[in-house]
Amino acid sequence: MADERVEVDRVTGTATTGHVWDDIRELNTPLPRWWLWLFYLTIIWAIGYWVAYPAWPLVSSFSRGVLDWNSRQAVVSDLDGLKAQRAPMVSRLEGANLQQIVADTALFDFARAQGRTAFAENCAACHGSGGAGARGYPNLNDDKWIWGGTLTDIAQTIRHGIRAEDEETRRGVTMPAFGRNGMLTRAQIETVVDYVRSLNRLPGEANANLALGKQIYAQNCAVCHGDDAKGSREKGAPNLSDGIWLYGADRAIMIDGLWNGRGGVMPAWAGRLDEVTIKALAVYVYSFGGGEN
Amino acid sequence: MRPISDAAVELSRAETPPVRSGPNKPVDAAVDIEAVESLEDEKLYAARRKIYPQSVAGTFRTIKWVVLAITLSIYYTVPFLRWDRGPNAPNQAVLVDLPNRRFYFFFIEIWPQEVYYITGLLILAAMTLFLMNALAGRVWCGYLCPQTVWTDLFQAIERRFEGDRREHFLRDRESWTMDRLARAGGKHVVWLFVAWWTGGAWVLYFADAPTLVRDLATLQAPLIAYAWIGILTFTTYTLAGHMREQVCLYMCPWPRIQAALIDEHALNVTYRYDRGEPRGSLKKNAALRAQGRPAGDCIDCHQCVHVCPTGVDIRNGSNLGCIQCGLCIDACDAVMTKLGFPKRLIAYDTDLNIRLRQQDKPAVFKPFRLRTLLYAAMIGVVGAIMLHTLATRSTEGLTVIHDRNPLYVRLKDGELRNGFTVRILNKALETRSFVLTVEGLSDIDLKVVGEAAGSGRMTLITVGPDQTHELRALVSTYSTLPTAASMPLTFRITDVKTGAKASAADHFFGP
Repeated sequence: MADERVEVDRVTGTATTGHVWDDIRELNTPLPRWWLWLFYLTIIWAIGYWVAYPAWPLVSSFSRGVLDWNSRQAVVSDLDGLKAQRAPMVSRLEGANLQQIVADTALFDFARAQGRTAFAENCAACHGSGGAGARGYPNLNDDKWIWGGTLTDIAQTIRHGIRAEDEETRRGVTMPAFGRNGMLTRAQIETVVDYVRSLNRLPGEANANLALGKQIYAQNCAVCHGDDAKGSREKGAPNLSDGIWLYGADRAIMIDGLWNGRGGVMPAWAGRLDEVTIKALAVYVYSFGGGEN
Repeated sequence: MRPISDAAVELSRAETPPVRSGPNKPVDAAVDIEAVESLEDEKLYAARRKIYPQSVAGTFRTIKWVVLAITLSIYYTVPFLRWDRGPNAPNQAVLVDLPNRRFYFFFIEIWPQEVYYITGLLILAAMTLFLMNALAGRVWCGYLCPQTVWTDLFQAIERRFEGDRREHFLRDRESWTMDRLARAGGKHVVWLFVAWWTGGAWVLYFADAPTLVRDLATLQAPLIAYAWIGILTFTTYTLAGHMREQVCLYMCPWPRIQAALIDEHALNVTYRYDRGEPRGSLKKNAALRAQGRPAGDCIDCHQCVHVCPTGVDIRNGSNLGCIQCGLCIDACDAVMTKLGFPKRLIAYDTDLNIRLRQQDKPAVFKPFRLRTLLYAAMIGVVGAIMLHTLATRSTEGLTVIHDRNPLYVRLKDGELRNGFTVRILNKALETRSFVLTVEGLSDIDLKVVGEAAGSGRMTLITVGPDQTHELRALVSTYSTLPTAASMPLTFRITDVKTGAKASAADHFFGP
């Protein structure tokens, strides 16, 4: 619209802006002028923001802003604030032993909450988010404990690990590779596996010689797993008669265990986690429900 | 300084619309050309036309003063009302306790998970707004809206310092003198004081009011309190002192929604053009009448425009700018009384009735119609539901979440066990003991980790006043297998003293 005159819409009596699209004319409904000033204000605000905060990408870095603010530092100060807020409870946790923590409802709740987070960050990768375990990684919910399930035992295992690089770690006796090292023949291994399976009412070979199996067991296995197959915590030898299997109840898996041996490792967490976190973790794992008194 | 006479002419022009047309008069060609000429410098941005509303007295002004007094006294004093709830809860009648996630309203205490009361309240508010609109248009805008109430208050203060319409208008066109400076300064000081008081009252709803007042005075209060007072002082001062009708015209969504919700039976502040037109000066119309030609009662004195807080001319019909406060009715009635004409040339009426009267038919007033009855019914239903839930609100609650992983655990002796996170809510203001029980399987055992074990199926749990307690419950069955992979379970808490119960359903999973 090169015409200087403003066209007025006949129906509404409103002036048009002069913009026409496909013969549709735009009515001029003016914005309030203060709205325009607000718009300019936001631009000025943005300039202030550029000066104050990190804003512009540079060649190898970015403009940092005069306030020297960064999100990393903000997180750190938030976490510091949280730590300060929790400090009284944390110091109580520090001063109490594990039994006292469980006996004190407030402390117990706090420890479990701390433990839940620490577990998710450090333990869940192997033991699962709810401590349900996986093949080779024990379920922490049940009441089967290879190395002991009292609060003290759990804390000891977390702190020093199992077969870990730690002076106080527990090694027990590592399950030997009976087949690979030529201590037992394939047939003997199958026979003793079928015998152990029979103790758990698990199906084996139909014509298995259980008497021979019992004999092989007594000669090779009982020294660690016990005559009654109840296992030994000092040696870290699991109970073979309770129906709970760390590596699974398949016959082939059990044969594999005897042929190649076993030797599960749990890392030592002392030094990586502070003492309060280890206590909280022990209490949390204990509270899954399988903890022993 | 310009001669007063010039300024007076300007004053009379300032709020006289250039286009004079009745509501039912289409814009004709002549007017069109006139508009083109006056719009030559029309820009894309409109400068604000400052409005100098004239003071007025009358029925609706009185109603507005009363509403203002009531609403503002409620706002400023409620935080100081006390309500005794016993030792374990604050004694402030109305308190939004954000740190502890509680809302107190006299005998009502609401927890965050009961936010549906707020939803109900919002529905009630919306329906009441719609009902008011269906009955009498923008009652909310004209009488109750905080923007209107505070603007009224600020205008009253302004008149104290700057004088009424004419005096203020003329002074604004004078050069600055000490007198003008003192008047403007005094006005802004009082405005800021009221704004500051408004912000101060706001923060008192969020903490114990007397304590906070003392802390604010001794500079001990948290920074956030000062910050909020600052923000609300600024917004009150800006919106009620400077923005005023701009908020209604440009910022508020309600006029847009309202226009879509209105119907022909809703009462509006209406210029009865059937009686008023053709308008003209008293002398001119008297002459017309003497000749037996038609003459309206409107003497075109512009009093209705001068008193209008948003600067609209009601004689152009209902429009977006009109907040329907009724002040033009008061102004017109005063003029009509002086002239010995009947009152209510401007009145709460409808365009429909005007047309009916023009056809010599009786006016129709239908406050009871489908729309209003539906709104009223919805208010009744939602209100009844809210009253019912409030009256039967339990003071205990129970939520249960099954462990996600593992779903079940098999123990050494073949026992099957499921783990649950149980949360017991004690909404009462004293410590209570609950018996936690679980039912659903014939052979069942309940153990709460860390609590002294109860016997078989029940455990005693103590929960502090107005608190929740989360615990880990282990449910076991000694049967070799439950009859199905998933069996329904019912958890139940029973208050040891009162016998009050709450329950939650979940499932027991097996292989």
